[in-house]
Amino acid sequence: MWLWIHKFGSPKYFYSVSGKLLPWVAGATVLLIVMGLYLGLVTSPADYQQRETVRIMYIHVPSAWNSMFIYLLMAVAAAIGLIWNIKLADIVAAVSAPIGASFTFITLVTGSLWGKPMWGTWWEWDARLTSELILLFLYLGYIALQSAFEDRRLAARASAVLAIVGAVNVPIIYYSVQWWNTLHQPQSLGVGMSTIHLSMLWPLLIMALGFKLLYVVILLMRTRAEVLERERNNAWVQELAQALAGRDFFRSGNEYR
Amino acid sequence: MNIAEFFQMDGYALYVWGAYGVTLVVLALNVMLARQQQRKALRAILRAAQRDRSRA
Repeated sequence: MWLWIHKFGSPKYFYSVSGKLLPWVAGATVLLIVMGLYLGLVTSPADYQQRETVRIMYIHVPSAWNSMFIYLLMAVAAAIGLIWNIKLADIVAAVSAPIGASFTFITLVTGSLWGKPMWGTWWEWDARLTSELILLFLYLGYIALQSAFEDRRLAARASAVLAIVGAVNVPIIYYSVQWWNTLHQPQSLGVGMSTIHLSMLWPLLIMALGFKLLYVVILLMRTRAEVLERERNNAWVQELAQALAGRDFFRSGNEYR
Repeated sequence: MNIAEFFQMDGYALYVWGAYGVTLVVLALNVMLARQQQRKALRAILRAAQRDRSRA
């Protein structure tokens, strides 16, 4: 296990493995999202209360799950980088922040676009809405802190502390609908229980998986780019450059090899 | 259901398509920026490699 972590933690090994993996994950992502969109927009029925606006759920809920999942992953990666001083973990944490912020932004905007026709308001200072907004600020604070330091080690350390402390917000978001009985409806999905019909559950789950994989795709792409930038003076990057030099690789998609 | 009805979304077109539109734009931007960063990084190391070659 430790051997494996160290092997995969080496930027060179990561770069070559992720390059082989990426096209497959990207293909699966496109397939799942196209399937989810078809099921969610075309075959699934309108809700008897929410009418056609229920279709917003198929992007809102997967984005919300991603916004929390990515934050936790970012905090764990940051902690690993902080404790064991693994460069790759620092990079994973750093590049996850803008992706997580994007999903949080999507969650807030799509929720607002659903709230206007259904609740009659774009925004309410409800417990779940407020804690999700705080999540966005945590991401933005993390990004700002990352760019506040010239020294990468220092930036990673300072922002790791923020990421770890901010992680308490995630269970608050998750349980907010149970702890505070305010506007946002309680969850309709959990381990061993579901109050939604299968024709709506399938598009939701497929979109959720598609969005998860999309995060993996963007994460791998950004981590690879960041690895190249940070390791540009190392022998293996130089060798890669020599191997690629002179080839017209930008037009043929070879940049992922 | 015909195509026009599909796009009207029972009068909720602005909200439903607005939500899907914003999502598409934000996620597409993420992918595009990641691609651009990869190209930039590769170009930089290629330039450096070519400089080394011409010097040698």
